Order: sequence, then structure tokens, then C-alpha cells
Amino acid sequence: MKRTLEIPVAEVEPTREALLRALGGPDDRPADARIERLLDEALEELRTRAEPRGMFAETEASGFAAIYEGEGDNETPSPLPEIFPRADLLVLFVVTVGRSVSERIAALFDEGHPALGATLDAAASEATELAAAHLDRIVLDEARREGRANEGSALLRYSPGYCGWNLTGQRALFKALHPEQIGISLTPSCLMEPLKSISGVMVLGPAEIHEFNNDYRFCSDCRTKDCRRRLRAIQPTRPEGDAHGDTERDRR
Amino acid sequence: MEILREIAAELERGEDEKVRMLTESALGQKVEAPMILDEGLIAGMEVVGKRFGAHEIFLPDVLLAARAMNAGLAVLEPHLGQGDVVTRGKVVIGTVQGDLHDIGKNLVGIMLAGAGFEVIDLGKDVSPQQFVDTARESKADVIGMSALLTTTMPMMKQVVSLLKKQGLDSSVRTVIGGAPVTEEYAREIGADAYGFDAANAVERVRGLVG
Repeated sequence: MKRTLEIPVAEVEPTREALLRALGGPDDRPADARIERLLDEALEELRTRAEPRGMFAETEASGFAAIYEGEGDNETPSPLPEIFPRADLLVLFVVTVGRSVSERIAALFDEGHPALGATLDAAASEATELAAAHLDRIVLDEARREGRANEGSALLRYSPGYCGWNLTGQRALFKALHPEQIGISLTPSCLMEPLKSISGVMVLGPAEIHEFNNDYRFCSDCRTKDCRRRLRAIQPTRPEGDAHGDTERDRR
Repeated sequence: MEILREIAAELERGEDEKVRMLTESALGQKVEAPMILDEGLIAGMEVVGKRFGAHEIFLPDVLLAARAMNAGLAVLEPHLGQGDVVTRGKVVIGTVQGDLHDIGKNLVGIMLAGAGFEVIDLGKDVSPQQFVDTARESKADVIGMSALLTTTMPMMKQVVSLLKKQGLDSSVRTVIGGAPVTEEYAREIGADAYGFDAANAVERVRGLVG
């Protein structure tokens, strides 16, 4: 059954440390007073304007296979077809922090305040990720209560546009979920509006089903190498950067 | 000259009011306006760009410095004659058709302007024809394109093809960037350069124009 929810703004407020990481700069020196003031202003803007919402719905593996297939544009091979059939639970999801934040970012640039605009943009991106993490916790807690997840279970999200899942997959995902009901629309080029939105599938199952080596054809083009950080997060005993030869920094 | 060094230093600190006042002082001391622009404002902005590229400062530091540069430029502009304007080249920038992400493109524009380039920003959702028409009409040296979606990247190829078709590819160079864009993709579509990030894009434009 599909569910929608409004997420408390406090749940999506990024930490100052996360925001500074997103803004680049030195790791080994604190930000000066000016940057700290910008963070204050951006976080206040975010608190005032963010309208975090989410929507999610459980799906069967067969149903998700059709959604994943989409318009047949995915990379082959890719990791997700190896992962999702072994899942205990698959949940389609979408989250957004709303239109008002994006409009404010654009206005700040237009009005000659790009430093605050860029800081708010970074804060909104972090907030969107935190909104998705909020949904993760809801799904995981419920699965635990229902006995569908245990200590060895791990939930990771996968999104169109990443890890071989073509961005055109958004169309099938939107057809299944109808996020228009919470104000998220899809443009002909598969861009979500508001821009600060995330969609995809949550895959819950034994941690090992998420394991894959980052040596697919498309991995060399990936800037974030975010899969390595995500895998480390669900398997904290693995030495960092060891199992997959990962030496990339995750901060950008 | 000490005052030019001070202008550059205050610009690096993003102190727009101090840059404005120092620029006025420099003019009062009969320092030539083009010299203030080149050895004060642009020199300071170049340091800022390099420090950001080396991860020594935060992105808002760059943008505050750019605002300080604009404060100095506003004082300077009435004193710059037509022949005095020191522009390193003209760059048409935009986010390609179908794409509405413009933060990265805005940053490139601000940093290009800070580096002394004349920037024509077409905004977002820009058609290939708009890019090419504007470049031709404005006699631009470079077209800079940004795409954040794999579905809109092919628009970059259309711009490159259109330039070639209209015989403009030797006079108008192209630089592309954006999260899904790669050096390999730039080669594949025949773009002249690929900018990894905003600071790198400025370097690549310098390389194309210089």
C-alpha cells in the first residue's frame, strides 16, 4: 500500500560539518566567522522554507523487475539485477524538500547573493538526502517489528541515473508511484521538479546481497564512488578502502 | 604597487566595501583604470580560483570574492574607455535544453567573469540553436555547456555538430561539464575541452582562448 508523509523539518536539517564538507574547502582548518554566518543564514532559510515530504510503496520483485527494465536503456551488466531478486523487501520511494527552497536559491543568485545561494543549495541537497534517510528508518523499523529484518539485514537505496540504472527508468517509477500527488513532477528529460528530490528503490535484505565490485563499465565514469561509502556503512567491520581497492575521497 | 596589492588582498578576503574604497583611492592616486583591473581585481581573483582548486578555501569564499570584484568593477567601469577594457575573451554559457540545473553553470560564469572573461549567460534549458546563434552574433570565442542529466548530454553533441555545419567550429571552441560528463565524452562528441569543476572549467577556457 502506498503511503505519503510529511517529514518534520528538524529531521532534515544537516549538521554544520556535513554542510562544510559539501562546500569544499580545507578538511584541516575550521571555517572562518564569515562562512559560519553564511551557514547560519542558509540553515535558517532551510528551516523556514523546506517542506519535506515523502511517498513510498512496497513492491514485489517481479513488479520491480518490470519497473527496472523501464525503456530498455539500462547498462548490461549492472549490479541491481543481481541484488534485488535476493531482497527480503523492496520499497519504491520518492522524497522532496519542496519547491520553495529551489525558488529561494534561484532568487538569491538573481539578486546578487550567490554565496548564500550556493550555501542554501548545498544545505537543500543534504536535507533531501536526510529526508530519504528518514524514510529508510521508517521502513527498516517497520520491517523489524514485522520480523522481516534482523540484525544482519541492511537497507540501501538505488536510484535511476546511478549504477547502470538509466535515468529514463524514472518514467516507469513515476507511473508506479505517482509522486505528482505530493507535488513532484517529471520533465520530458526525466528531471524531477522540484530539483531537490530523490527517487528510487529501497532494497532490504542480508547485507551481503548488496556487495558488488566497482568494476562495471560505467564505474570508471562515476565521480562519487558513493557505493563504497554505502557498503562500508552497512559493514562497519571492513577496513576502509580495503575490499575494493577504494582510495577515493567521498567528500565531493 | 602597494595599493594594487591591497586591492587584491581584500578581494581575496571577500571584503567588498574595502575593495570599493581602495579602488576609489587608487583612481584618486591616478593609477590607470586598466592597471587596477588587471593587477588588482583580476590578480586577486586568480589567486582565489587557484586556492579553491587546491581545496584551500570554501565555495562561498570564491563567491564573496566575486562580489568584491563586482564592487571594484562598479567603481572602475566609468573610467574604462572602450579601448581600455581588458577582456580575455568572450564566453557564451548555458545549461543545455531539457536541463534546469544551473548552480554549476552559475559558478562557472562567476569565476569566468572574475578571471576577466566577458560572459553571456543564456540561463538554463538552452537550445542548440540558441547557443550557436548567440555565439555567432556576439562573436564569442567559446561556448560553455553544462548538463546534469544523461538524458540531456546529447544536446552538447548537437551544439558541436551545429557549429561544424555552420563552419564556426574553428572560431568558436566548446567546453563541456556537469556531473555525468566525462573527458571521454568530450572527445567522443568532438568538444574542445572538458571542465571537471568550475575552477577547472576556467582553466580550460583559458587554454582554449590563450
